[in-house]
Amino acid sequence: MTENQSYLDMDLLRFTTAGSVDDGKSTLIGRMLYDSKSIFQDQMEAIEKASARLGGEGEEGVNLALLTDGLRAEREQGITIDVAYRYFATPKRKFIIADTPGHIQYTRNMVTGASTANLAIILVDARNGMIEQTCRHSFIASLLKIPHIIFCINKMDLVDYRQDDYEKIKGTIEAFCSKLDVQDIRFIPISALKGDNVVHKSERMDWYQGGTLMYNLENIHISGDHNQVDVRFPVQYVIRPQTKEFPDYRGYGGRVAGGVLKKGDAVMVLPSGLTTKIAKIDTMDGEVEEAFAPMSCTILLEDDLDISRGDMIVRSNNKPEVSQDIDMMVCWMGDSPLNPTGKYTIRHTTKEARCVIKEILYKVNVDNLHRIEDDKVISANDICRVSIRTTQPLLFDKYNRNRSTGSVIIIDEATNNTVGAGMII
Amino acid sequence: MKSYSLTHLRELESESIYILREVASQFENPVMLFSGGKDSIVMFHLARKAFWPGKVPFPLLHVDTGHNFPETIAFRDKLMTETGADLIVGSVEQSIAEGKAVEEKGINASRNGLQTVTLLESLEKGKYDAAMGGGRRDEEKARSKERFFSHRDEFGQWDPKNQRPELWNLFNGKKNMGEHFRVFPISNWTEMDIWQYILSENIGIPNLYFSHKRRVFERDGSLLAECDFIPMKDSEKIEERVVRFRTIGDMTCTGAVESDADTLQKIIDEVSSTRTTERGSRSDDKRSEAAMEDRKKQGYF
Repeated sequence: MTENQSYLDMDLLRFTTAGSVDDGKSTLIGRMLYDSKSIFQDQMEAIEKASARLGGEGEEGVNLALLTDGLRAEREQGITIDVAYRYFATPKRKFIIADTPGHIQYTRNMVTGASTANLAIILVDARNGMIEQTCRHSFIASLLKIPHIIFCINKMDLVDYRQDDYEKIKGTIEAFCSKLDVQDIRFIPISALKGDNVVHKSERMDWYQGGTLMYNLENIHISGDHNQVDVRFPVQYVIRPQTKEFPDYRGYGGRVAGGVLKKGDAVMVLPSGLTTKIAKIDTMDGEVEEAFAPMSCTILLEDDLDISRGDMIVRSNNKPEVSQDIDMMVCWMGDSPLNPTGKYTIRHTTKEARCVIKEILYKVNVDNLHRIEDDKVISANDICRVSIRTTQPLLFDKYNRNRSTGSVIIIDEATNNTVGAGMII
Repeated sequence: MKSYSLTHLRELESESIYILREVASQFENPVMLFSGGKDSIVMFHLARKAFWPGKVPFPLLHVDTGHNFPETIAFRDKLMTETGADLIVGSVEQSIAEGKAVEEKGINASRNGLQTVTLLESLEKGKYDAAMGGGRRDEEKARSKERFFSHRDEFGQWDPKNQRPELWNLFNGKKNMGEHFRVFPISNWTEMDIWQYILSENIGIPNLYFSHKRRVFERDGSLLAECDFIPMKDSEKIEERVVRFRTIGDMTCTGAVESDADTLQKIIDEVSSTRTTERGSRSDDKRSEAAMEDRKKQGYF
């Protein structure tokens, strides 16, 4: 393999960034793009022009934060109002950043960005240490089951790069996170503004022995982030060409949501419960021996069964739960509050159903994790636990077990808007 | 235990195929926008993969400004013949003739903005409820916040402050009568991903992308091709240069770059060392800092 073909061996890491308004999140992203040479000359010229107009900071005389402020309203108000996606690559990996705003009213944006992320970067201002928003961001990251979390203690330049300050903040966050369900937590002292430990190792913090942020992003092991144990193949689209060349072809198109499927495997189709074997795993490039998450492929079965979109192919000795009564944590996103007696449409894997809210059990105070049981008005950005009943059974796993088969979105039937994100308990 | 992981190109491919199948499942009458540029060629290639060995279950729509490079049109027609895809052509020329669109005046006149009129008219005429486009989030600031499933009101307008949240891979294509969706199956691809994929999949593209000799002239830092559609100033001089195009749009606003990259590998090497974004040679984006945002709000792709 020549150097030019190294991209054939690159993988993809999706991460989200969270921080309060002035934690320097945009500066950090700007710094990563700038130091990894992912900024183009015309983009640089555009922000140099804008920096001159709006005022800039940073030692290069440009405001790196301006790189990530997309829409005109944001540039004028100096805030980020919606999830924005950024891209960069190093020779090792390609990265997708879901850049989410830190304002209190935008919890829904962080949840959105977190839903597809392998990793979260949570920014903490070294001068302020752990604040309410840090709790909130950590809680959301753990609720959404982001497999890896990196706390960047930022603005170390403003506390004279003192190890004591860093260790104290680290200790507080570690104590808090022990209450959360998080597998992999890391800490890095940085200065996004000055570039310490972002891409280049800081010479001003000899006491820090760990890798830079970029080193961590490039080297964190992510192939275990998908469930590779429980076979789950939600049927998405039935492919039946009915042409002269393929008169009897009947394939089930979909994206593997968990486990590894192999040709010849004995499988069960839900909800019917009928069993058969995998005859072939097909793609336009030819047959493949096995399929795993998150691969899109087409599965052909040995027997001619009546299977349609919303059904699921699994192993008979490892079935998902099948139920109409489901408990879940919900992040509410609608402009109007959750209607406790309302009916909603629900989307889960490739299936759509309707549901009623049976009970709102409690609301979570996201700043201290306390349960609120006496106020059950669920407004935008609230996180709560609810019991629902669906019109037909869903085939699901707990969200902790599988992010694909454990997640739902709730849709308001009057406006068609997505108003809630649910994680099945 | 054996480790199962996908390369970034395979993961992007899987994601796009998933979205294309979702569109075919959730909408009654989808259509795929096809410009003849590399992004729409890749998107169409992914659609063929998504439904193979079945036929792509929706037609392609080309909004023809009448100012296309002849090479683009020839490539388009050949690809349609080879793949048996259904092609619909919406003509900006005709919208102008019917008085629905008014040709811009002046030396930098472009039909880029007029495409929106023809596009919305074609969508209405075909009663399409979802139109897929090859837009990528890395292209431009306003695109970085675009959803995969982007809801448009009955006037085809985009409201960036009122977008539906999009979580996991659960896409909400529900809509009221008269509303429709724009869907961007290759949102997460970068220019580099597109080139690497074209190379690794051996996908054919118009020869405009490869280095060739062409008669060009310089205007506002861009090299424009000599053609009948662009009035020239007296000070502008035609020269023959060795160039290629990084994007393919109208001849009136797509600038060439000087390049001797005549193979895909050389293009990839060039893209990886280049210091300007591909839209940097598009004069339609230079009009103002928020040019794309404004056009998108009006219904542009």
